[in-house]
Amino acid sequence: MTHINEIGNYCLVLAFCLSLAQAGLVIAGKGRGIARYAEGVSLAGAVSILIAFGVLIFAFIRSDFSVVNVYEHSHTDKPLLYKISGAWGSHEGSMLLWCTILLVYGAMITLKGRGLPEGLKLKALGVQGLLGAAFVGFTLFSSNPLARLAEAPLQGQSLNPALQDPALAFHPPMLYMGYVGMSVVFSFAVAALIEGRLDRAWARWIRPWVLLAWSFLTIGITLGAFWAYYELGWGGWWAWDPVENASFMPWLAATALLHSAIVMEKRDSLKAWTVFLGLLAFTFSMMGAFLVRSGLLTSVHSFAVDPQRGILLAAILLVTAGGGFTLFALRAPTLAPGGLFATVSRETTLVLNNLLISAALCSVFLGTLYPILMQALFDKTMSVGAPYYLLVFCPIMVAALLLVPIAGLMSWKRADLKGVLQRLMAAFAVAVLAAAIGSLFYRGPTLLSEAEYLIGLLVGFWLIFGSVRTLMQALDFRMNAIGVALKRLPGVPLATWGMILAHVGLGVFVLGAVVESHQKLSVMQGMALGDNVKLGQYELSFQSLYQKTGANYDAQGGVFEIKDGRGEVICQPKPQRRFYPASNQVQSKVALCFTPLDDLYVVMAEPQVGADGAMTWQVRFFYNPWVRLIFFGPLLMALGGVLSLCDRRLRLGIVQKAAKV
Amino acid sequence: MKLEPRMHTNRHEYLGLPAGWIHVLRSIEKTIRVYSCLFAVLLLPLHAFAATPQDEARARQLFTEVRCVQCQSESIADSDAQIAGDMRREIRADIAGGKTDAQIRKELFAHYGDYVLFRPRFSLGNLLLWLLPPLIALIGGVILWRSRRKPAESTDYVLSDDEEKKLRVLLKKRD
Repeated sequence: MTHINEIGNYCLVLAFCLSLAQAGLVIAGKGRGIARYAEGVSLAGAVSILIAFGVLIFAFIRSDFSVVNVYEHSHTDKPLLYKISGAWGSHEGSMLLWCTILLVYGAMITLKGRGLPEGLKLKALGVQGLLGAAFVGFTLFSSNPLARLAEAPLQGQSLNPALQDPALAFHPPMLYMGYVGMSVVFSFAVAALIEGRLDRAWARWIRPWVLLAWSFLTIGITLGAFWAYYELGWGGWWAWDPVENASFMPWLAATALLHSAIVMEKRDSLKAWTVFLGLLAFTFSMMGAFLVRSGLLTSVHSFAVDPQRGILLAAILLVTAGGGFTLFALRAPTLAPGGLFATVSRETTLVLNNLLISAALCSVFLGTLYPILMQALFDKTMSVGAPYYLLVFCPIMVAALLLVPIAGLMSWKRADLKGVLQRLMAAFAVAVLAAAIGSLFYRGPTLLSEAEYLIGLLVGFWLIFGSVRTLMQALDFRMNAIGVALKRLPGVPLATWGMILAHVGLGVFVLGAVVESHQKLSVMQGMALGDNVKLGQYELSFQSLYQKTGANYDAQGGVFEIKDGRGEVICQPKPQRRFYPASNQVQSKVALCFTPLDDLYVVMAEPQVGADGAMTWQVRFFYNPWVRLIFFGPLLMALGGVLSLCDRRLRLGIVQKAAKV
Repeated sequence: MKLEPRMHTNRHEYLGLPAGWIHVLRSIEKTIRVYSCLFAVLLLPLHAFAATPQDEARARQLFTEVRCVQCQSESIADSDAQIAGDMRREIRADIAGGKTDAQIRKELFAHYGDYVLFRPRFSLGNLLLWLLPPLIALIGGVILWRSRRKPAESTDYVLSDDEEKKLRVLLKKRD
């Protein structure tokens, strides 16, 4: 059976050669003639890397410990799901996942781009081939996941227990489909710059790719945040940790790109800026990979690091991004200026949106890299954390979010600001009212925190009600003809639904984040059996202990009981401490009490024997109000992206036929 | 006689002691607890009792700004490491002692350096960090404002040279 691994290895080498060939053919044919063979080569490359990836997964399923990577990250007792997810739980495996997605996207350019101008498509394939060669080459020569051991050990070392979690099993594939999806945009940006031709058709063509990648990235980040929330046991979901920021930066760039591509598509404006963002989004994706993989960052999330490989990745990043931006600098001045628009128009609001997102992106970028640069250049250690982002990132984002409903009602080219504001009056009034009522229930430690709370609620409700107003506009809603308006519901384009849903999702997320971060309660206490602890109106009591044997762990858990203010038992959380003998590690398992909006969150630490011989456990008990919205909002946003993608006009590979002369 | 609460039976069963000892053990335990509580009360400085809800809220706010110096990037509010607990205790004592947030930050900085502050100081070296993002928004806004009314007629499409030629050919054919 083990010869299968050699087939995988062979396919990996083949994929490397095919990527080189794909790029070489396009360069040799200068985008014509033999360059056409790049299409077939891209398909073959995708097939061969899929085989290599399949072989790796198969090796994990079979627990073939003759493969180093399987030996280091798997164990025969692991449940099947975590055997499979172990395939991308390590540096090597995740690089192979990255390459697989990269080459499959390349093949999708071939499959979905039939109606495209040939020159553009082939050049994009060429760039995609170069990217493929760089990353597959890196994987093959410096981190081959299919490398073998001379003698196969009998048992593996198992995967880090923190990674044995359903959310984290799907987090890397989703995230990488987002990261790498930006590579298609990058390739098309470079191809268009080489061609020296950027028009509305180009924007129309890249938008579905941006939407696809953005939706995956949104889901990926949300899964990651959810995992951090209930697996790491610290009660929070976002720490402005460098690794989290590394995934947030491409998301911000993609969000800006999504909006500027609309302007370019509709109005032929912002060409240079859109291309710039296209290059930037993938650059940040690669930087994310580089920061996480290189070991430059100390973080709660970095599980697979190696500084030597970091240098190689940095080289790939510099060459790719450097090449792209140099080309941009050379060609951007020659791009023809596009359609003009009045000061008050949807274009202007979207430009403002882009400006503000860029400023916000800059703050995340600085916050992430400043400590690294300070250390490298001046040998000074420093930290940048949540308080910095609260002061710099949040105000900028608040300004951007306040603009959203206004932009939704503006018309292209020239708009009537007074009319738009009048139509939004009611939505704004409702939002203010809701925020004011909500603020009555909050007593903050300082006036500032109360102001934050009020503004946050206002932004959240404003996004939701403002988006509803946008929908009413699309329906031409009149109070005296509700039936007529409702009949128009099926006629609303999917793309509009997508936009509304995404903006509502954003509002839902903002509400959740604001309420959770301000109203959250927590207590940490050593508890013995029978002890009680009060938190707000809730009372937690430690009832009993239990033992459980899992597939590859032994768990000791506590049975707790939570009573609400009226003394009624609302749930019985059972947090655990799992001991994984294979890796000799202990992992705390959080117990959550699901209520529709809030979480009651219990996690217990190691037992300690006190002076009187009694065992106590350090128990952390959180009340996280509205936390559900934090994870539900982004899912709505991603759903909005998918809905837009389903719109006929935006499907992958739909090319504007009329664009042909 | 009232039934023993379950918690105690459980705990002593856990120690594997015969049931008859439970009562004796409980009274000993209680005595120890009462005395250790009294002892603790005597040891604590008096101002520790001045902790008001406002003080507690201030302390919690500060905890999110202070990095646990031995953990990976975690604040002392989130970390359950020993040192985080010690630092929390120190900060609570400082607040109860009447120190302002700024004083506490300054002391932390003097003791641990820049590393401990999740909110970087507003110093010359950190100027870029604090000012660049708002500057970008500001400068971009100014540029937008100044370029708002450019006297030029709208040309929605700019044809490439090739297209221009084709167009001319087409127009000629028409003629």
